[in-house]
Amino acid sequence: MSQDTKKVLFGPIVDNNPIALQVLGVCSALAVTSSLQNAFVMTIAVMLVTGFSNLFISLIRNQIPSSVRIIVQMAIIASLVIVVDQVLKAFSYQLSKELSVFIGLIITNCIVMGRAEAFAMKEKPGVSFLDGIGNGMGYGAVLIVVAFFRELFGFGTLFGMEVFTLVQNGGWYQGNGLLVLPFSSFFIIGLIIWAIRQYKPEQVEKD
Amino acid sequence: MSSNKETFGKTIGFVFVVCLVCAALVSISAVSLKPLQTANKLLDKQTKILETAGLLDAAGDDIVGTYNQRVDAKMINLATGKVVEGDVNTFEERADARDANKSFKPENDIAGLNRVAKNAVVYLVKDEQGKVTTIVLPIVGSGLWNLMYGFVGLESDMNTVKSVIYSDHSETPGLGAEVLNPKWKALWPGKKMFDEQNNVAIKIVKGGAKAGDVHGVDGLSGATLTSNGVENTLRFWLGDEGYGPFISNYRAGGLN
Repeated sequence: MSQDTKKVLFGPIVDNNPIALQVLGVCSALAVTSSLQNAFVMTIAVMLVTGFSNLFISLIRNQIPSSVRIIVQMAIIASLVIVVDQVLKAFSYQLSKELSVFIGLIITNCIVMGRAEAFAMKEKPGVSFLDGIGNGMGYGAVLIVVAFFRELFGFGTLFGMEVFTLVQNGGWYQGNGLLVLPFSSFFIIGLIIWAIRQYKPEQVEKD
Repeated sequence: MSSNKETFGKTIGFVFVVCLVCAALVSISAVSLKPLQTANKLLDKQTKILETAGLLDAAGDDIVGTYNQRVDAKMINLATGKVVEGDVNTFEERADARDANKSFKPENDIAGLNRVAKNAVVYLVKDEQGKVTTIVLPIVGSGLWNLMYGFVGLESDMNTVKSVIYSDHSETPGLGAEVLNPKWKALWPGKKMFDEQNNVAIKIVKGGAKAGDVHGVDGLSGATLTSNGVENTLRFWLGDEGYGPFISNYRAGGLN
């Protein structure tokens, strides 16, 4: 794998993270991080949608009339999201019951549009696809870290497996009610951004 | 951005082609995956019904087989409590409740339903000998955030609770969503829905029901509104505008 490919694919995880640096897609990161399983499925869904929307948009980038380019991008993204939702309904009904609303909202996830507009409209299909997958991974990395803390300290479980036994199940651990609620992700995402910027001071904005 | 692709006709043509391709993609995936999705939905419902009847462990992996063998679905009219003609497989309570001709407005709408389907499908669950042991009744009512859908299982005296299982809800995780906690579900079996005068007596007691109270179930801590929702749902569905007439008929042996 060449240096450039590596940068496009893995860069978004820490160096150019869509949530932590580009500050895109925070809303859905709040909603789907109450359990690791949800975060994991959402990560895969977003990776596929960003990857393929980048690919298709890049393929037709020289034909898209600039006056309607946003609408064309939306049409492609929306179609992909519907396909992902349908596949999930067909193969994993339980998960789709919990995630269906949020899968639909991938359409409005700024990461997908942002990468289509900022990257896929200029670059070749192959590298655009990798950029999409990379950004999906960057998004997912944050999601999974947030979900890890929320599920462990909110519910005392990881991937639904009991780690701390909750008081209501006769154990010792009092679940943290704050972490169960979506807005607690703000605190965790804030801490993640702080941690990344401690490690990579060049990401700190200058006043 | 060269100017030659910016003509009006070309733009329209391009958008048309993109829409056509996208529409085809969406239609193909929707149509080709439909059978799998329908099967999933049915399996999910059958699983919940078997769980309500306490047959989930006995069924193991063979949900469909056990369901077909043990469960007899009947469509009833809520007002008369009598069995009516109808396809139990295609019946959709949610669709009927939205149809003005197939639904009614309850006078005492404690479950916050607004409209209720005139018909309902009830599930008679038989033992190995073919004797009905559990009657599974679908229920729906407002929780804190939204409608909660579920099933209540009654023993054949139509009074003793077998279980209360929710299948679809959007309550707060960790609080209202504890309706799915096995510990809470385990409080239900053996409770009595009706008192000696045959009034609906089941209640959810905030702070915990007294020991030996056959009508009282502990409330969910931190989820008073969800608990109230469950109580009101049961009161509505077991009352006269819900399954009341059906329950009287069934007890009188008038079903067959």
